[in-house]
Amino acid sequence: MTNWTLETVKAAGGADLAMIKGGSGKPLLIFHDELGFPGWMTWNETLAHERTLLIPLQPGFGKTSRIDWIMNYRDLGGFFSQVLREMRLDPIDVIGFSAGGFIAAEMVAADPKIFSHMVLVAPMGIKPVQGEIMDMFALTIRHHLRATVADPEGTPEFAKIYGGQMTPEQFEAFEDARSETARIGWEPYMHDPSLPYLLRGVKTPTLLVWGTRDRVVPRGCIDAYKNVLTGAVVAQVEGAGHRPEIENSVEFERVVRNFLAA
Amino acid sequence: MKIGYFTERPYRWLPEEEILKNHAFFAVSNRLYDRDKAADDYNYYLDENCYAEELGFDLVALNEHHGNPFCMGSVMNVEAAILAKMTKRVKIVLIGNPLPVIKHPLRMAEELAEIDLISRGRLITGWVRGAGSEQFFNNANPAYNREMFNEAHDFIVQAWTRPGPWRYEGKHFHYRHVNPWALPYQKPHPPMWIPGVISPETVKWCAEHRYPYIGLGTMLGPTCDLWDYYADEAAKQGYQASSENFGYLIPTVVAETEDKANAIAENFVYGGGQNAFSAPEYTMPPGYNSKAAIRALAKQPTGSWLGVSGEKMQQHMHDGETPAVDYKEVHRKLVAGLDKVKRNYQVIAGTPKTVIPKIKAILNILRPGVFIMFSVQGPVSNEDRKASMRLFAQEVMPALHEHAKAIDLRDPFQRTPGSVALSAGVSRAPVSDRSPLKELGLR
Repeated sequence: MTNWTLETVKAAGGADLAMIKGGSGKPLLIFHDELGFPGWMTWNETLAHERTLLIPLQPGFGKTSRIDWIMNYRDLGGFFSQVLREMRLDPIDVIGFSAGGFIAAEMVAADPKIFSHMVLVAPMGIKPVQGEIMDMFALTIRHHLRATVADPEGTPEFAKIYGGQMTPEQFEAFEDARSETARIGWEPYMHDPSLPYLLRGVKTPTLLVWGTRDRVVPRGCIDAYKNVLTGAVVAQVEGAGHRPEIENSVEFERVVRNFLAA
Repeated sequence: MKIGYFTERPYRWLPEEEILKNHAFFAVSNRLYDRDKAADDYNYYLDENCYAEELGFDLVALNEHHGNPFCMGSVMNVEAAILAKMTKRVKIVLIGNPLPVIKHPLRMAEELAEIDLISRGRLITGWVRGAGSEQFFNNANPAYNREMFNEAHDFIVQAWTRPGPWRYEGKHFHYRHVNPWALPYQKPHPPMWIPGVISPETVKWCAEHRYPYIGLGTMLGPTCDLWDYYADEAAKQGYQASSENFGYLIPTVVAETEDKANAIAENFVYGGGQNAFSAPEYTMPPGYNSKAAIRALAKQPTGSWLGVSGEKMQQHMHDGETPAVDYKEVHRKLVAGLDKVKRNYQVIAGTPKTVIPKIKAILNILRPGVFIMFSVQGPVSNEDRKASMRLFAQEVMPALHEHAKAIDLRDPFQRTPGSVALSAGVSRAPVSDRSPLKELGLR
């Protein structure tokens, strides 16, 4: 088992940014999704054998304090770009999950050279060409969590995220994440109308991953990204929902490792 | 003490099963909306408020909810403006305008100023944050609710008091040209009373601003806690809180017989009543409640105003699939639960003879300067509604006024809230009397 640590990085503007660090090798930046870092999973372990995973914990999600001037995903992307520059980590490979994909897309739109490879897993950020991004705020926390996987009972690692009875502390942690996501993503809902225009012409090698039973982000989001990132490759994970990395970690690891190695 | 009349103006033509099927009033489809019946009722409720004036109530109180048959007051200021012209004496209390939901404080300042002008200074304006479901209905970001509330309030006070034109660049609101040509009749502006349920932040904010706090049907013991918190914060501000700082609103039905009163009171749980105002996912949108409020909720396990409760929080965390429902059985349980609610003094129902001692007990415990009768919900006839108002006004109200005088409950017009100075180092006086709670079987 790889050792991973929770560190605090003095980040842009003096903020104390909590960051999970684990593994060895070339750094790989990971943006967790709108519910926060769910814990070290099998796919983390596999990738950590060959890469140093850097997982910043989003401001306002509990471990890192809320930063008031960040009022939308573009601001948040700008903040993380400053962090990367200060840490001299750019260009770097990145994986962004769901709203984390939104963050990465905002960053690459502002600076097309910031990432050497970009993996966007069921990314939010662009209005889908068809369908709608699920309104997670209009669901109970439990329904929201269960909607993130196609088959909660058939996904063993889902128990790590939500193992049945939720404690008041867990409720508060999820509430922190959902509150901050609402604060910066409530309207327009989890997308930025100008993002697709700013992404035009970006040549960063991009992999778009999507589970075919995703109820949170429709295939229309993938198509919207593909329309502007014309060189992007799409990898569908059959039968997976919004968390292909735990629902079919073998396939997820295969497509991601192949892409990053290319 | 001032005595007021309040009704949610329920939409009375919705089959209960539709609400139970939806598990809530909010989000029942408006395909069931009957325009003719609604037109009748909007007119009836305006007349009903005029009747309250005729009967001698000091105040009529209005509120506002959105997309919800629980309350037909979608745009309360429209009703207030009409009542400003239809009535002559009664004060019009708004409890209150949901500032973060309306998102246009300059327009709000103009609307309220017009109401105050038309009524020649009879407006008492209150503010609320808007229920959870209203954040969805109006697409108001719940995580900014508190910030927007504070900023909108501060802006409105400025718009009413600072000669224009001036420019405003705030965080959430921006105006190039602030110079309203509708300023309130009352100077410097209408009184503000703030209704609330559980949020300690609201209580603190009220105490800091010396605004009376109106408890909305909160349980008596926890209401004493809220009063104490207010009074402690008031002491920090250098004043002694007293009856003029507090108001209380409670569901009340009066009828000629106990049986009839109890039968009518069952309508307080029609469709689930307060607890079914909105489903858990709409009751607690993300960011709407502070951590302190969430922790306070966990300690208030059963339902309270608009169903905000620890129970709802539990449903957020653990809800499962919805089982098939026997609606008659659900109704039976709701009515059975009403007995407990009545024992807890959360609903007052009876003849004038039995209602008077119950409300006197509430006055003894909470010592409010304002008492507001919350009229019955559900499909109750105009005749029964009016009979309850009449019996209350003619047979209960005089006894309450007399009792309030005897125990020195002064209202905010008899003594300005925040006007009793408290010297540094002097302990504040009690603001409630918990001693009768035990005898009533309450905590």
